[in-house]
Amino acid sequence: MSVAVTKSRYQSEEFSARLRRRYAAERRFRIAGMLAVGVASLMLVILLGSIVSKGYTAFWQAQIRLEVTLDKQHVEERNYTALVRQALYAQVPAATDRATRRSLNDLLSSGAPYELEAMVNANPSLVGTTQTVWVRADDEIDQFMKGFIRRDVPESERRLNDVKIAAIDALVAKGSIRSTFNTTLFTAGDSREPEQAGILGAVVGSALTLVVTMLLSVPIGIAAAVYLEEFAPKNRWTDLIEVNINNLAAVPSIIFGLLGLAVFLGFFGLPRSAPLVGGLVMALMTLPVIIIASRVALKAVPPSIREAALGVGASPLQTVTHHVLPLALPGILTGTIIGMARALGETAPLLMIGMVAFIVDIPGGLTDSATAIPVQIYMWADSPERAFTERTSAAILILLAFLILMNGLAVFLRKKFERRW
Amino acid sequence: MSVQTHIPATAMPSRPAAGIHGTKMVARDVKVFYGAKQALKGINLEIQENRVMALIGPSGCGKSTFLRCLNRMNETIENCRVEGLIALDGEDVYGKNIDAVQLRARVGMVFQKPNPFPKSIYDNIAYGPRIHGIASHRDEMDEIVQTSLKRAGLWNEVKDRLREPGTGLSGGQQQRLCIARAIAVSPEVILMDEPCSALDPIATAHIEELIDELRENYTIVIVTHNMQQAARVSQKTAFFHLGDMVECDDTEEIFTNPRDERTQGYITGRYG
Repeated sequence: MSVAVTKSRYQSEEFSARLRRRYAAERRFRIAGMLAVGVASLMLVILLGSIVSKGYTAFWQAQIRLEVTLDKQHVEERNYTALVRQALYAQVPAATDRATRRSLNDLLSSGAPYELEAMVNANPSLVGTTQTVWVRADDEIDQFMKGFIRRDVPESERRLNDVKIAAIDALVAKGSIRSTFNTTLFTAGDSREPEQAGILGAVVGSALTLVVTMLLSVPIGIAAAVYLEEFAPKNRWTDLIEVNINNLAAVPSIIFGLLGLAVFLGFFGLPRSAPLVGGLVMALMTLPVIIIASRVALKAVPPSIREAALGVGASPLQTVTHHVLPLALPGILTGTIIGMARALGETAPLLMIGMVAFIVDIPGGLTDSATAIPVQIYMWADSPERAFTERTSAAILILLAFLILMNGLAVFLRKKFERRW
Repeated sequence: MSVQTHIPATAMPSRPAAGIHGTKMVARDVKVFYGAKQALKGINLEIQENRVMALIGPSGCGKSTFLRCLNRMNETIENCRVEGLIALDGEDVYGKNIDAVQLRARVGMVFQKPNPFPKSIYDNIAYGPRIHGIASHRDEMDEIVQTSLKRAGLWNEVKDRLREPGTGLSGGQQQRLCIARAIAVSPEVILMDEPCSALDPIATAHIEELIDELRENYTIVIVTHNMQQAARVSQKTAFFHLGDMVECDDTEEIFTNPRDERTQGYITGRYG
């Protein structure tokens, strides 16, 4: 037999050119993929960087030191405003005339007298003594200290007049202004005064809403998924249900808000702005997500496990509860938590059912008026004060922290319960 | 069909002495449909007690379908319809008196691919007895687990690691674990659907020995693609072809002196 007269078609010039083109295509695809990931990462960094750089200042708050003489007469009259003001005038001896002093009054937060009152109420033995207290400065002083109000613009265009700036300089020179960690942000409800506003009311509102959502949507969602996946006959009706569940998952959330408004508020007469209603609406919204995720997780359990259980005489329900459900649990949990995280970040349906109200009190129950973190962000973003701008970013950071926490929990649970077969 | 007095499942097991091969299961004119497609075209078969019946035939001939009819595992398949009569100890298994769950406890099954639960070796065996309430004490359960593993020839290999996952065993060990799991609920009949097709020759030899030993206590029906295996382990062989049961006889007879042309063609390797 003659050797190597005919070259294999796979050794031809044409074939190696084809091979080069294949590899080139793969390289282009890889580069496109890396570019996409790079752009996405860059966007994320820009987004987070912008929020953090705008928001971190909100975690600090300027305070002014006062030497308050708690004389008996004023305390009995509960005229703490006068006490605070006297102490402030003492700090700025240069201010003697009425107009200057009126200006000085704006240096302190309008909440300062209440802080003092709370202190005296907690410890009545302070009456008659002179105490050194640090009270919150007004938000404009705070912003000035953080450099957001510039002294080089003309006085007429400035939020702080020259008198106030002179007084602040005097206080700074004496060491009577300090910057401390803004605990108010975490312990107070909403307020019209930025320095008195906190996120706690919204956090509690969100938590109550999520509890209702979870208690309703998790058991109903998983039960529906188990029934549809494991027990329901495959016919036209279950197909119809499946199509509708998939459609519901794609319905804009504001529609669920409208539904909640019409049904829960309008028909059942439940209270407006209540976490109960918010939770009900969110549960409706989250249900399809949980059902779909749970069905996918149940589908992923190999049929051999079901056969094994049925083969030793387990009833269909035992097969599901003893074997299929535990194996599907990681997937179900992940889907559930991601659904919950979506509900936590949802604003639109809450607007429809009145959870967008200005609420100062921290809600104590499911029917109290409440708001939620994303709605709080929306309301603060709408406020004109400069100090609310940084608080908006701070609230976004807090919301993001919760979301990361929940997603981290999802990953952790998945890893913990994941079993191989 | 011989009519026997019905023995309640709770009064089991009371089996005739070895050597007497009564009829354990009977199939009369069994037809199976998957939707409009007919998979079995009227099967008549008798399965004798304490013997191994091998079902052979080319792929798609319906032997697995028939096997799954015997413990109603077909019911888990959508659109599957069974006609005809299948009786266990003279009682219709599709009748009103027998529940599928109860039937599957009496007619155990071992599948083609080893499918241990993703649980410990101990829990794999204990699961069946636990759900049927067979063992009332821990000691009793330990006893059942030990006996089952011993009968399946797995005890010596796993006795020190009963708490380790059953999925960590080798393929052959997993299959023996599945057999032990089937034995643990003390079934009367064990159905095996190509139990060795995923195993290497050594593991296969192990299982075949095991089947031979199990014959003393159980009635076994095995589906196999391996003709030598059928010849080695079974006493009776039935040849299936295109949904029909062509021929059923003593194994020796089938392999040495088949009556039907198709049987001969298949066992000599002319097709299949």
